Amino acid sequence: MVSSTRMTIDKDPRPSQTVNTLPVPPSDLAGSSDTGPSGSAPSLIRDYLKQRGSGRLADSSFATAMTICACSIFAIVIFIFSILVVRSHLSLVQFGWKFFTRQAWDPVAGDFGAFPFIYGTLATSLLALLIAVPLALGVAVFITELCPHPLRAPISFLTELLAAIPSVVYGLWGVFVLVPLMRDVIGPFLLKTLGWTGLFSGPNFGVGLLTASIILSIMILPIISSLTRDIMTAVPNSQREGVLALGATRWEMIRIGVLRNSRIGIVGAVMLGLGRALGETMAVTMVIGNHPEISKSLFAPGYTLASVIANEFSEATGDLYLSALIEIGLALFLVTIVVNAIARMMVWAVTRGAPARVG
Amino acid sequence: MSTQPQIQPPPMNFQSKAMRFNTGRRTVTNYFVGGLSILATVVVLAPLVAILFYLIYKGASSLNLAFFTHVPAPVGEQGGGMANSILGSGIILFLASLMGIPIGIAAGVYLAEFGRGKALANAVRFTADVLNGVPSIVMGIAIYSLVVMQQKHFSALAGGIALAIMMVPTITRTTEEMLATVPHSVREAALGLGVPKWRTVLSVSLRTASPGIITGCMLAFARVAGETAPLLFTAFGNQFWSFKLNEPIAALPLQIYVYAISPYDEWHRLAWAGSLVLIVLIMVSVTLVRIYANRGVLKGGS
Repeated sequence: MVSSTRMTIDKDPRPSQTVNTLPVPPSDLAGSSDTGPSGSAPSLIRDYLKQRGSGRLADSSFATAMTICACSIFAIVIFIFSILVVRSHLSLVQFGWKFFTRQAWDPVAGDFGAFPFIYGTLATSLLALLIAVPLALGVAVFITELCPHPLRAPISFLTELLAAIPSVVYGLWGVFVLVPLMRDVIGPFLLKTLGWTGLFSGPNFGVGLLTASIILSIMILPIISSLTRDIMTAVPNSQREGVLALGATRWEMIRIGVLRNSRIGIVGAVMLGLGRALGETMAVTMVIGNHPEISKSLFAPGYTLASVIANEFSEATGDLYLSALIEIGLALFLVTIVVNAIARMMVWAVTRGAPARVG
Repeated sequence: MSTQPQIQPPPMNFQSKAMRFNTGRRTVTNYFVGGLSILATVVVLAPLVAILFYLIYKGASSLNLAFFTHVPAPVGEQGGGMANSILGSGIILFLASLMGIPIGIAAGVYLAEFGRGKALANAVRFTADVLNGVPSIVMGIAIYSLVVMQQKHFSALAGGIALAIMMVPTITRTTEEMLATVPHSVREAALGLGVPKWRTVLSVSLRTASPGIITGCMLAFARVAGETAPLLFTAFGNQFWSFKLNEPIAALPLQIYVYAISPYDEWHRLAWAGSLVLIVLIMVSVTLVRIYANRGVLKGGS
C-alpha cells in the first residue's frame, strides 16, 4: 500500500482526487467495512482497486512505446538504405552494374567506375586480416589459457584500450611515425628480403597499401581478440579437463579442446574484424596515398571506398559525381551488412547460452 | 562391469626411444606455442605503448592555457587553440546523447522485458548488431542526404543525429544484457505487490541494472566522441565560436583531421595537443566506467 501511494505522486494515469482517499490507516478500514451495509457496498480496498483500474492502459502504452523505439532500429536501417538508393539513382541508371568493374574515375568528363577503390579496400582489408588474425589469436589464447590470473584483467583492459583510441589519432600517429618508419626502415628491409616476390617494387614513399594495412590491423586487433576471448571462454571447462586428463600438453588441450570447439565463432570474429576494416575511414585516408590506381606493389599508393567518399564528397560538383560517390557508399553499406550478418550468426552459434561478459 | 583379469595388455615401455622423442616434441611444441602467444601479446601492446608515449611526448609539450581558451589562429600566426572545437564537440555529443540514449535504452528494455523469445525481438537484436557494424562514413552521407540536403547547409544538429544513430545499437545491446542479469525474483516481488509492469520495469529492473546501463552509455559515448567520418559532411567544422545548432560547428576530431593533413608545423603541433586531450577524455571515461561497472556487477548480479 505504501509503495503504491508513493507511486501516484509521480505519473499514475488515474485521477488525482483518489490520492486523498488513499492513506487509509488499518483501523479506519476495518471500521468502514463493519459499518457499511454488508454485501452491497464494497470495502475501501476494493473501491480503491476499482478506481485504480488494472493499469492496463499504462502498461500497454508503455509496452507500445518501447516497441516503437525498438522498431526504430529497423527504421534507421531501412531509411539509410532507401536514402542511399534514391540519391545514387542517377549513377545507378547511368552506369548500371558496370560501375563496379570500370576503372575510370574522371570527374571532369563525368566518367566513373569504382574498381580501383574496390581493389584498394579488399587489398588493405585482407592484408590487415593476414597481420591481425594470428596476433589476435595469440593474444586471446594467452589471456584465456596461459596468463597468470592477476595479469589477466590488466592485459585484456590494455588490448581494449586500443579499441578506444579514435581513428583520427591512429591516422595522426600513422602520418608522423609509421610513414617515416615505413619509408626509411621497414620498406628498404622488405625490399631487400622479399623483393624477389615483386610485391615490394616501385618507389617507396612511405604512404601506400602496406602502411594502411598495418594501421588497419592495429585497429581491428582488439575487436577480433576480445570476441575470440569471449568465444573461448564459452567453451565448457569439462572439455579442457577431458583433454588434459587424457594426458595432453597444454597446447594440445588448447588446440583440441578449445580452438577446435570454437572455430566457427573465431571465423565469425574474424569476419567482424573484416567488416570493421572495410568501413574504416579516417586513418586509412591519411596514410594510403589517395591515388586511384591498381598496382601489384604494396608500396604503391591506393584508394579505398571509404576514403574516396571522405576526400571527395564535400567538393563533389555535379549531380552525377555526387551520385557516384553515394553509390560507393551504398556498396559499402551493403557489403558491410552482409559481412556483419554472416559474422554475427557465426558468433551467436557459439556464444549462445554463455553468460554475458561485462564491459 | 565384471573384470576379466586374464586379458592383460602388453606392458608399455615408456622409455623407448620413439616415446621419448614424441614426448620431447610435444613438450617443445607446447613451450614454443606458449612463447608465440606471449610474443603476440607483446607485439600487440607495443603499438599501444608507442602511440600513447608519442602522443604524450608531442602533445604535452604543446598544451597550454591558450589551447583551451582561444579559437584557432590564422595560418602563419603562432598560438591559437581549439576552444571552439572542444565546445563544439561538447554540443554535438550532448545532442547525440539526448537523442540516442533514450531510444537505445527503450529498445533494450523492449528486448529484455517485453520481447523475450519473440521473433520481432530476435530481428531487432540482429539488426542492432548489424547496424553496429555499418561504417561511420556511410552514416555521414546518409544524414547528409537527409538533413543537410534538406536544410541546404551543414549544421550541428545533423552531426548530432549522425552520432545518435551510431550510439543506439551499442546502448541497446548493453541495456538488454544488463537487464538480463536482474534476477527474476526481484521483478516477481514487485509484480506480486501489485506494482504495474511499467513501474516495475522503471523502478525495479532499470534501477537494479543502472550501473551496467550507465557503463553502456558511457562506452557508446566514448566511441562516438572520437568519430570523425560522420561529422565531415554534417557538422563540417568552422574556425569561430558557434553556439547555434543550425550552423556548421567545430568538433575536436574534425579539427585534428584538418590540422593533421595540413602542411604547417604549427598546426601539426595543435593536432597532437588536440589528440592528447581527446584521448585523455575518452580513456578517463572508459577507465571510470570499468571501475564503476565492476562494482555494479556485484550489486546487480544475482
